[in-house]
Amino acid sequence: MHVSQNWIDIAYLIAACLFVLGIKGLTKPKTAVRGNLLAAAGMGVAAVVTLLNEHIVTYEVIIAGVVVGGLIGAIMAKKVQMTSMPQMIALLNGFGGGASFAVASAEFFRGSANDTVSIIATGAAVLIGAVTLTGSLVAFAKLQELIDGKPMGFPGMKLVNAILFIGSLVGIGYLVVNPGNEMVFWSLVAAAMVLGLFLVLPIGGADMPVVIALLNSYSGVAASAAGFVMGNSALIITGSLVGASGLILTSIMCKAMNRSLTNVLFGVMAEAGEAMDADEVYAGKVKSTSADEVAMMLETARRVVIVPGFGLAMAQAQHAVRELADTMEAAGIEVEYAIHPVAGRMPGHMNVLLAEAEVPYDKLKDMDQINPTFEQTDVAIVLGANDVTNPMAREDKGSPIYGMPILNVDKAKTVVVVKRSLSAGFAGLPNPLFAKDNTLMLFGDGKGAVLDITTALKEG
Amino acid sequence: MDFVAQLTLFVLAIFLGVELITKVPPTLHTPLMSGSNAISGITVVGALIAAGSDSGMLINVLGFAAVVLATINVIGGFMVTNRMLAMFKRK
Repeated sequence: MHVSQNWIDIAYLIAACLFVLGIKGLTKPKTAVRGNLLAAAGMGVAAVVTLLNEHIVTYEVIIAGVVVGGLIGAIMAKKVQMTSMPQMIALLNGFGGGASFAVASAEFFRGSANDTVSIIATGAAVLIGAVTLTGSLVAFAKLQELIDGKPMGFPGMKLVNAILFIGSLVGIGYLVVNPGNEMVFWSLVAAAMVLGLFLVLPIGGADMPVVIALLNSYSGVAASAAGFVMGNSALIITGSLVGASGLILTSIMCKAMNRSLTNVLFGVMAEAGEAMDADEVYAGKVKSTSADEVAMMLETARRVVIVPGFGLAMAQAQHAVRELADTMEAAGIEVEYAIHPVAGRMPGHMNVLLAEAEVPYDKLKDMDQINPTFEQTDVAIVLGANDVTNPMAREDKGSPIYGMPILNVDKAKTVVVVKRSLSAGFAGLPNPLFAKDNTLMLFGDGKGAVLDITTALKEG
Repeated sequence: MDFVAQLTLFVLAIFLGVELITKVPPTLHTPLMSGSNAISGITVVGALIAAGSDSGMLINVLGFAAVVLATINVIGGFMVTNRMLAMFKRK
């Protein structure tokens, strides 16, 4: 069937509009499901009209690819645990980058890139796509704990990376002058793949949320570059939308972790100020409590805020927490959740984990919403969170975490911290919150402690 | 399409992206990432053209790889986003 290119381009425009409307839908939980469906419909439109393209003469390879890819994608989406969502997204980012890289390579070998702009675009799509592919695979392996989450590297790694990057740019320049040189093309591919590995290996597991957001951005930019190669408006528009989205999320995560992007990428840790001695901070000032005592306190409380950290999700305690919240609400207590941006392993992760446990989303408050309310809060229950509640970030200019935005739980009338021991969090610092006058420590396993409080509350 | 027209689209779309994404609340950031990831599977358009062009073995292999990867991205991305969003409920 022959359809004029104008009609195909108009269909791509419709697809792009559906993507924009889809993302707009994601600005409210109420319209989000519909937004996602609109975006999926846009993808359907774009894929179907592409099949009418005059360059497509056979369908065997297409059908085989769609069946294989569709099955793998559907199984992954059905099986993945919500706690493993960061790995899943890392992998999907990698595949997106890999697809753009393969498309640009195919265009190169078809010889369709022969003017300066399309050769540069092909080189960019190969470079960014391959970096996204191998970089995401490393991020996946670290998050899935297939390899050690600790930063890995060797002396002179930055220099090697710089050489690989500059070498890639020189290679692209060479291809502009001598289009079609396959040796140079394969060298570019190899350099980009190694660069992707070396860029992510030295980044520690705790910084992976930033890396995933950044790779998300790269996968968009790679798609956009592939669009420049093919002169396809749908790819250019959509790729840059995704590129912008990834960049914004990257900067949000960096702010929440009090790190600059350069610090994360080049593995510079904050200068350790004068190390505070844990014994000095805690000596004689830590008060411990019991589940029964906490339950008694909750009975007289009017407003309770729960502060979940990733430890809670690791203990699979989300359902237990919701049950505690339900019990309190049945007794007329107002309950809200305080979500720090880095509470999970990626932006918004904790919200998904709590939504899975059927916590209503209007109870989930982000940092800026909840912080002013702690002064009117009778009890704040901290579960598996540590560094994001450390008042040193607010008060001690010498502290390595000074300036990091935190949840001001210490302003609540009473703070209950559920924790196995007084051990330090990711930042490796003692937390003076634990020694405050209004803080009570409930030592023990998170899930068990929550269940005990709930039982005591029901009986009392 | 000439280069300047392409560049215009690219730059305007980035501004649009920034405006749109800053309005997405933190509570939806994970579905936003998986959803925008699915959208970046738009490369499937280029993949289909490469895979259907019948221009030799190497291109067929690259085209097949591109279609598989892009389809995983699209199908997996939209389905998992839908699964997550369906869990967000009000009381």
